Amino acid sequence: MSILVFVEGSGSEIKKSSKEAITYAFETGKITGENEVIALVLGNYSNEELENLGKNGASRVINMSDEKLNNNQIGAFSDIIENIVQSRSVSLILMTKSSFSDNVGARVAGKIGASIVSNITSLPDTSSGFSVRKSIFTGKAFATVSMSGEMKVLIIKRNTIELLERDAKAIVERIPIPNNISFAEIITGDEKAEGDILLDDAEIVVSGGRGLKGPENWGMIEDLAKALGAATGCSKPVSDLGWRPHHEHVGQTGVKVSPNLYIAIGISGAIQHLAGVNSSKVLVAINKDEDAPFFKAADYGIIGDAFEVVPRLTKKVKSL
Amino acid sequence: MKILVCITHVPDTTSKISFIENNTKFNEAGIQYIIGPYDDYALARAVELKDTHGATVTVLNVGEVNTEPTIRKALAIGADDAIRINANPADSMFVAQQIAEVANQEKFDLILMGRESIDYNSGVVHGIVGSLLNIPSISPVMILELDGDLAKITREIEGGKEFLEVKLPLVAGCQEPIAEWKIPNMRGIMTARTKPLRVLEPIEVNPHTTTISYENLPEKGAVKLIDPENAEELIDLLKNEAKVL
Repeated sequence: MSILVFVEGSGSEIKKSSKEAITYAFETGKITGENEVIALVLGNYSNEELENLGKNGASRVINMSDEKLNNNQIGAFSDIIENIVQSRSVSLILMTKSSFSDNVGARVAGKIGASIVSNITSLPDTSSGFSVRKSIFTGKAFATVSMSGEMKVLIIKRNTIELLERDAKAIVERIPIPNNISFAEIITGDEKAEGDILLDDAEIVVSGGRGLKGPENWGMIEDLAKALGAATGCSKPVSDLGWRPHHEHVGQTGVKVSPNLYIAIGISGAIQHLAGVNSSKVLVAINKDEDAPFFKAADYGIIGDAFEVVPRLTKKVKSL
Repeated sequence: MKILVCITHVPDTTSKISFIENNTKFNEAGIQYIIGPYDDYALARAVELKDTHGATVTVLNVGEVNTEPTIRKALAIGADDAIRINANPADSMFVAQQIAEVANQEKFDLILMGRESIDYNSGVVHGIVGSLLNIPSISPVMILELDGDLAKITREIEGGKEFLEVKLPLVAGCQEPIAEWKIPNMRGIMTARTKPLRVLEPIEVNPHTTTISYENLPEKGAVKLIDPENAEELIDLLKNEAKVL
């Protein structure tokens, strides 16, 4: 039996979070005895980029390259995965959580009657049955869930596993889109922050809150982020006030991040904000209010004026 | 036009999360329950569409009798009638199959729900329902406009948004800013008491997943404070002690 990994990319480069799913599949195969890790990549990618997924644990890469696949299509991509699952004796389907993969994983599970668990944060435990650990209550707790049935869909959280970098190349198989796939969604355009580091992919996130007093003061957040190679985020009030775009809103009803380092500047740390950041490895709070709840959640803190502290941090980072 | 809004009955976002019975059960003591915040956005948009497109709005919850106050609140906000599937919402697949069963019988043009529940956060029910009904499912939806039987949607993607068009019928997982949350007024609360709430028994579905145990996040140690006069020290600590730079 094989493990199928649904891989996402930017159109030229495979996402690191998807490579993590390949490594997760490789490690899972060692536990369950599945001997083939198939990475499914839809869209136009170079041979080298595809072969190199072998480094992360893929034994085979299936690629379909067609104009129709240049845009993410929830229905069509799900149907393609279902087709591969049926024709390649796949029992386990894996992907990393994203705004797109949630949809796809769910549809595939519904179609093939698989058990499905999302937000997984551990490798499976097969000592008795098949169970995984998942994040619940928006990162405030975990549940251990046992999955039954022959077919399983696992949606893992990014940063769940250390990326494997072995010396191996995957076999690349380029095939056409299966017949009878309907493309019901018509993508008419998109709006993306060009050149910036994406929040969900970032190792470091620098976020600003209402303590910054206005959108005109975001320059210092961007300067620090740039020096650190970080993505920028914000709190809900900041996005509600229109100081920053909604896709930067981190928290319970915004983006949930799990970077190595999260720096909160002028953010008090309401429980709804913390819910979006509490799976970060290291939390830093900078706030002039010593009673800000963020200091209870943070690993490091500076009680001080962001307008004085932040430029000094940026200068120091640049000197490293 | 017929709209179905599926709502969850979940602990308030400020709830302290803890577990009892040797970490096998969620501790409900002192918990206030609300309509899932994302479901609340879906409901608000449905009520707007009711006014602009003459739709009827049915609200559905999979839950036991204790969820009825939450369902009544949805009726007070503006739904016309409600269905409660009398069962513990065991997992995403179970809930989705119950919704699909109702939708198969009653044929809705639009099925709205939150992008995810805020207790289990799986965010997969809309997709499973879509595939079971063999109709499109789109999430997370930020804007939903209707032009005849064509839905014009803005979907949030990493670092931005995507615009797409798709024909009804459709399942959508909703989030802000699709509509402003609506607060029930006195008239809504009064009329909600007499609006129809049907209780249906669940269809039989084999359980796919079982929760074995729960755990809280490990306790955080105390914060290490750095004197703002020596702010640069923070960077040294992040580099040499926390090793994240």
